[in-house]
Amino acid sequence: MVELTWVIPALPLLGFLLLLAFGRRLGDPLAGWLATATVGGSFAATVVVFLGLRGADGGDAHRYTQTLFTWLPAGGFSVDVGFLVDPLSITMCLFVTGTAALIHLYSIGYMHGDEGFSRFFVYMNLFVFSMLVLVLGDNLLLTFLGWEGVGACSYFLIAFWHTKEANASAGKKAFVTNRIGDWGYLVAILLTFFALGSITYTDIFAGAGGLATTTATAIAVLLVIGAIGKSAQLPLYVWLPDAMAGPTPVSALIHAATMVTAGVYLLTRMNPVIAQASPWVSTTIAVVGAATALFAATVAVAQHDIKRVLAYSTVSQLGYMFLAVGSGAYVAAIFHMVTHAFFKALLFLGSGSVIHGMGGEQDMRRMGGLRALMPVTAATFIVGWLAIAGVPPFSGFWSKDEVLLFAWEKHPLLWAVGLVTALLTAFYMGRLVFLTFFGEPRWRRAGTHPGGEAEQSAAEVADDGGGATSTATAVTAVAAEQEVHPHESPWTMTVPLVVLAGLSLLGGVINLSFLSRLQVLEHWLEPVVEAGEHHLDSSSGVKLGLAVVATVASLVGIGLASVLYLRRSAADRPAEPDILLEGWHYDQAVSAFAGGPGRRFFDATTWFDRHIVDGAVNGVAALIRGLGGVARGLQSGYVRSYALGVAAGAVVLVAVFVLRGVAL
Amino acid sequence: MTLGLLAQAGDGVAPIDTPGVAWSALSPILVLIGGAIVLLVVGALAPRRSRIGWHAMLTVAVAGGTIAAVVPLWDRVHDDGPYSAVASAVGVDGFSLFVTVVIAVAVAIAALLTDGYLRREGLEGPEPYVLMLLSAAGAVMMASANDLIVMFLGLEIMSIAVYVLAGLHLRRRRSGEAAVKYFVLGSFSSAFFLYGVALVYGATGSTNLVRIARFLAANTLADQGLLIAGFALLLVGFGFKVAAVPFHSWTPDVYQGSPSPIVAFMASGVKAGGFAGLLRVFVATFGTYRLDWQPVVYGIAVLSLVVGAVLAVVQTDVKRMLAYSSINHAGFILIGVQAATDEGVTAALFYLAAYTFMVAGAFGVVTVVGRRGDGHHHLDDYQGLARRQPLLALVFAIFLLAQAGVPLTSGFLAKFYVVEAAIEARSFWLALVAMVSAVVSAFLYLRIVLVMYAGAGDGADTDPAAGRPRLAVPAAAAIALVVAVAATIGIGLVPDPLTRTARDATPELVAASD
Repeated sequence: MVELTWVIPALPLLGFLLLLAFGRRLGDPLAGWLATATVGGSFAATVVVFLGLRGADGGDAHRYTQTLFTWLPAGGFSVDVGFLVDPLSITMCLFVTGTAALIHLYSIGYMHGDEGFSRFFVYMNLFVFSMLVLVLGDNLLLTFLGWEGVGACSYFLIAFWHTKEANASAGKKAFVTNRIGDWGYLVAILLTFFALGSITYTDIFAGAGGLATTTATAIAVLLVIGAIGKSAQLPLYVWLPDAMAGPTPVSALIHAATMVTAGVYLLTRMNPVIAQASPWVSTTIAVVGAATALFAATVAVAQHDIKRVLAYSTVSQLGYMFLAVGSGAYVAAIFHMVTHAFFKALLFLGSGSVIHGMGGEQDMRRMGGLRALMPVTAATFIVGWLAIAGVPPFSGFWSKDEVLLFAWEKHPLLWAVGLVTALLTAFYMGRLVFLTFFGEPRWRRAGTHPGGEAEQSAAEVADDGGGATSTATAVTAVAAEQEVHPHESPWTMTVPLVVLAGLSLLGGVINLSFLSRLQVLEHWLEPVVEAGEHHLDSSSGVKLGLAVVATVASLVGIGLASVLYLRRSAADRPAEPDILLEGWHYDQAVSAFAGGPGRRFFDATTWFDRHIVDGAVNGVAALIRGLGGVARGLQSGYVRSYALGVAAGAVVLVAVFVLRGVAL
Repeated sequence: MTLGLLAQAGDGVAPIDTPGVAWSALSPILVLIGGAIVLLVVGALAPRRSRIGWHAMLTVAVAGGTIAAVVPLWDRVHDDGPYSAVASAVGVDGFSLFVTVVIAVAVAIAALLTDGYLRREGLEGPEPYVLMLLSAAGAVMMASANDLIVMFLGLEIMSIAVYVLAGLHLRRRRSGEAAVKYFVLGSFSSAFFLYGVALVYGATGSTNLVRIARFLAANTLADQGLLIAGFALLLVGFGFKVAAVPFHSWTPDVYQGSPSPIVAFMASGVKAGGFAGLLRVFVATFGTYRLDWQPVVYGIAVLSLVVGAVLAVVQTDVKRMLAYSSINHAGFILIGVQAATDEGVTAALFYLAAYTFMVAGAFGVVTVVGRRGDGHHHLDDYQGLARRQPLLALVFAIFLLAQAGVPLTSGFLAKFYVVEAAIEARSFWLALVAMVSAVVSAFLYLRIVLVMYAGAGDGADTDPAAGRPRLAVPAAAAIALVVAVAATIGIGLVPDPLTRTARDATPELVAASD
């Protein structure tokens, strides 16, 4: 059954092509249904392949390479278009196609009535295809192709409503930031080829053990740079919060569940190389991850825009995955990636449902009390909240607990940072839930608040460097003038919420850490990550202790949030220092640097470019023009001069030949 | 008189011994020529104008028949190895068959483009198709010739038909001018070629490529002068046909003046024939003397790359641009020739196949944009095309980007393989020049793309496109464009089948078994 692998990416590709050709004719909602069907079919194919792979037994049975054709056959260097199916890639495929299918379904309701309806699904299907190529590719170059493909789709979709200036610039920001990471990845491919003579994963696994430490370190560092860009870690995270300018399903699919985890996937895939590199590489990964997790969690505490909270939360959770990778906990990283895909997709879709119901409102200060009006959204959102907060037995508890356990073994300090982050996560998510679904409804007052608080805060929000919020404010201004009638979303939107809520609740069962027999994911992934996986040596007492501490931390976070936000008015802003709202001024600092010394540097480069490079180019151009003038003289249009040219050429040829003959 | 001489020579002399003709080996050529004759006869009987373009359809059918005739031969070559027929005058090997298919494809695309063109210009009739088929027959003959005389015959059959085609548009003065220029210069270069044949005969005692190769391998010439001069003159003849610098001067004028669909055929089919002959004679036959001719081909390749790229940049007429770009492409293919290795030949064949679709498609778009009178070829005519006809602009952009060598198109791989062959053959500087020229020429392609997409952005009132009527894309031309686009992207994505086929298609000279 594994022979069906090619079907997995082929179906979204087919959907993309069909929609490209007939999308506009199919229109709303048929185009959406077609897109959903292809991704759903892809999920079904993945399940079939997965069962086939599970059923196989024997030494290398859980690894299957399907080579479709040779893409670049060139002497000693050839690149195949082939798919590598192993426990890691099929696990990724399962949750990618699964959540993607649900989010497609959701989008049918969410995007209803948008003039770009079919265009939206064209990009979405292309995205799923690229993501599957990224995951399934059996060599670094094919993965890179998918990597660039998902990136391109992400820019298109961020700037989907590109008529708004902010959205277009958010798209550009994502593009530029990602280039830095992509550069690292590309050089890593080259280095791998020079070191191993191949860029196919199976060859890399076989040859990684023989790599010199320096080489492996260089490759690993470059890969980490690539992963930092894609997975929005410090210092390259700035694009992700702004990426929320895209439609909410895009945020859920691309900027939470799938694309941003590509960096973690890449590092996991290349774990034999990282294992061969100097230990400081993995320590760096862990530190970057922990720092990002804490940093983003603090920023999330003070955001007003519901999607921005979730965006920073995503950055923070990705930090957890990096922390796991750096601690040698590859299984835990993938485990957290899967559960995170469930609950974060759920949270984003829930927020989308809220925004939909509120007629475009994204500011939590104008929400409140939505629980009664949007029961399904509220209930599912609360499940997602408890999952991300790490309350047992929700899925997030199990995966976060795993990560923290490995962090503890790496260094207690890393664990402490992770724990504080967990507490903050529970707190800011609690704040979000209380502000949105509980308390007094505040949307009615929004319109009657001329000047004063609303205006002032709107100005603040618009100030914080983010395109998304200022857009939101603009939308608000429009929305405030009309009556806001929050309402529950249609079934195409609530069904995915319910399914994802179920998965967020039960997702932990794939890897229950208290019994070895129940660690299904760990046994399943073992052959892929055995080279780099750290083996635990903590006693079960320590494990239990850590779990209890983590649980207490998340309950404390929730408790704090309820004390601060459940009863009091949001306008009080009890725990929202401005510096956090501004994201520690990091974004401004980057902008200021780019505008100050950076600007001067770029001005200098521009000067260099204009005078030296352009001068050279212009010189060449002038030369060419001069040549052109001379050549025009030759190109007189007269047959006789052409014939003369041919004859002269013949004479020169004969002369060259004969002179060479004489010289010999 | 002759009889008397014969009688004097001896009683035992039998009448001239004619070689046996293996008709099957000639079937692709026979299909082409037979098709041409049928078309001519039927065309004379039927009315010249008809609603359905059955002239074009028949031509496409003949091209399809040619490809069909190749299939059994390919199988036979694949199973039993290459062979030659008709007293070793015609060789049947993977190489000749591969080129035959390329030429047939070029004919089919050009015929589809010609149909709409002739209707638009009011020039309907079967003659252009007949000439195209005959020209293709000549090109196929060049690709499979195992004898310099047969090669020359093919060259002339191919060329004379194209001279006439260049002057097809009776009412356009430029068309006639192009035909005359092409004819005069073409004959001039043919004379060089023929002289080269004579010199090579003088040096080796044969015009048969098999025997020449065998002779050169077995003997060392005391005086190479004759042979080497022969190389030079043959190279002039081929260089003219493939539009290599310094024998390129006719190209811009002729491409600009000739009817656009005919240029599509010239740039693809005729060029394929020329390169096939070049590869057959120089790489396969004079392979033992490669050290003598390689440096010269090297020089010609460099000149073609540079001149083609640089001069294309200063043009403002799209057809002239594409003419210079075709000189640049010739330089690229010459890199494969210069390598004189199996990889080089494979790369050149891949390039020819990929290039046929790109260039035929590009001139297909030019045909459509040229409008009635075939005179709208200035860059300004392309301004804002993307807004008026996004699909047509997209198609043109694909062809141009493919010619520029953008990844995921056939053009990228074509350039990649050629450069790779050069590097394997240790011609590093040539590879470098090729890459630089690719960058320079990318400017030219992007310039056209920019004009199409960005042009006339300052305001709708100054939009020169506003008053223009919508361009009509005839159905046949649309089919040709779709096929060309599909092939350009398809080869770029899945090059493996073509690469493998091209690898099986190296020329081999085998003496006739009879």
